[in-house]
Amino acid sequence: MKNLLKFLPVAAIVALTGLLSLRAADAPKKPITVGFAQTGAESAWRTANTKSLKDEAAQRGINLKFSDGQSKQENQLAAVRSFIAQRVDAIVIAPIVETGWEPVLADAKKAKIPVVIMDRKVKVADDSLFTAFIGSDFYEEGRMAVEWLAKNAGGRVNIVELQGEPGSAAANDRKKAFADGLAKHPEFKMLDSQTGNFRRAEGKTVMEALLKKHGKNIQILYAHNDDMALGAIQAIEEAGLKPGKDILIVTIDAIKEAVQAVAAGKINCTVECNPLFGPKIYDTVEKILKGETVPKFSSNKDELFDSTNATAAVPTRQY
Amino acid sequence: MIDSRLQRFLRSPVVWPLAGLALLLVVNLIHNPDFLKIGVLEGHLFGAPVDIFNQGARTFVVALGMTLVIATGGVDLSVGSVMAVAGATAGLCITSGHTSLPLVLAATLGAGALAGLLNGILVAYAGVQPIVATLILMVSGRGIAQFVAHGDVLLIKHPGFEYLGKGFLLGLPFAAILAGLLYLVAQAALRRTAAGLFIEAVGDNPVASRFAGLATARMKCLAYLLCGLCAALAGAMDAANIGAADPYRSGENMELDAIFAVVVGGTALNGGRFTLAGTFAGVLLLQTLSPTLVFLGVPPPVASVPKAILILVVCVLQSDRAGRWLRGLLPKKEVA
Repeated sequence: MKNLLKFLPVAAIVALTGLLSLRAADAPKKPITVGFAQTGAESAWRTANTKSLKDEAAQRGINLKFSDGQSKQENQLAAVRSFIAQRVDAIVIAPIVETGWEPVLADAKKAKIPVVIMDRKVKVADDSLFTAFIGSDFYEEGRMAVEWLAKNAGGRVNIVELQGEPGSAAANDRKKAFADGLAKHPEFKMLDSQTGNFRRAEGKTVMEALLKKHGKNIQILYAHNDDMALGAIQAIEEAGLKPGKDILIVTIDAIKEAVQAVAAGKINCTVECNPLFGPKIYDTVEKILKGETVPKFSSNKDELFDSTNATAAVPTRQY
Repeated sequence: MIDSRLQRFLRSPVVWPLAGLALLLVVNLIHNPDFLKIGVLEGHLFGAPVDIFNQGARTFVVALGMTLVIATGGVDLSVGSVMAVAGATAGLCITSGHTSLPLVLAATLGAGALAGLLNGILVAYAGVQPIVATLILMVSGRGIAQFVAHGDVLLIKHPGFEYLGKGFLLGLPFAAILAGLLYLVAQAALRRTAAGLFIEAVGDNPVASRFAGLATARMKCLAYLLCGLCAALAGAMDAANIGAADPYRSGENMELDAIFAVVVGGTALNGGRFTLAGTFAGVLLLQTLSPTLVFLGVPPPVASVPKAILILVVCVLQSDRAGRWLRGLLPKKEVA
């Protein structure tokens, strides 16, 4: 009798799992389960990105397992391992850093779970470890900015650049694209290029120093993100100059506040770096699960806002 | 008489940050004399030195609180996050329509006091190591700030509040005046009463001070509370300065800058004697460095190297052994 009692819970569990698996087989169409390892919540851009993936999943009836990496790769690796253990249908990773992904990606491949890398790249020796990469094309953003400038500078030539965080892919590519573009237009002159670390407060303090150093020689400001440009605008105004008129401002990201500033004439052009990856990510995941082929590398489409289209775009900006 | 006063000054730790500052100014004067140019624009002073005081005001306010905590033998790592929480609180008040300035300030400083009190209780009454106790709020504080701001950068359009960070009074930046006033008040409150002595005693030897009848725990808790208040004020000034409360990046790495300023100013990390004037000199040194790097055109990827070298040199020169060695080199003849 005692022995029987001991086995009762075990028997119950066996029976339950049996029932559950039966139910699963009976169900007409199981919803897709996607595991998503996000970097964290380090910026408003990232928050908009997370919201896009959550909202779109809810809309499509996708069961999303969300994990916040809190800016630590260990957390992301642990999350991906647990996704594999839970046998999700697909895994989406927004990698914090580029390296160190091989073992966990190999595990996913062994378990035949497709992996989509989002936003930033991963460095792996074997590209077959992930199924698709959907990223932001930072180089293209920088190229769009410099092209706009070449067409619309109106005789202004002296540029100062506010770089993003040194070493980050976004700052590197946006800087390189801009420099490559300027090489084709020798009339421009780069007065100074300093970092504002993608921060609004630092954009302001560095611009304050640049304005003291170069005085009224600065004609164009190129900022690697809107936050720094918005900080710099205040420094420009406090120096008694008119942003957008005395100094032409070209920037990247197109957050709502910046598009509003374009509409108000304080920023001349902002190139979008779209965080709303949801639709494209799930399109890709659904295609992969249906067995269709998807492009290995693709990027989210980015637009450009200047005085011609900003006013119309303001009401629809989501971030 | 003059000689002994000079010697006393040369032995005081404040001399090294001031020497570093002088060095920076000389480098700037040789490279680009415009660095020290002060003009008048729209009725107020305008120039790189004005910026240094205006921006340094925030660092100084944080460092002031930090000095007290360090003097009790502790450290407060949470000041940067508390700045973000305070900024977010101010942003939330203003964006949700509660725009009366006293209310906004009360809420902001209240948030800082609460944070400081939490740190103080953990350290003084629960006996948690200061690094660990304040690390809790350093990590969770950003989360709290994001929660308060609903994960957004809150835009602040409030002339009264913005005056805190970018107003000018009699042609001088208001933030700098505010920091100066705070310095005078702190100096008077700590040096004209026994409070400063109590703090030093607690930092020097907590057991002996307790036996001497000092309420050590209460003293420590008070230091953290004041530090939280200072951080909150700095957070409000930061948000006011850029007209936005950024829960993600406001006050980032501020704890390091503040600790650096305090230590370079001659307050030892193991507690005891502290000097507010030293902290002021430390902040000034640190704050002069950033525009100097821009004026010299140091490329961003290597910009942290000159900063590190300067910090290293000042700290080494300040150490007891290096000081003894230097004194041994210099005035031998006069002594003999």
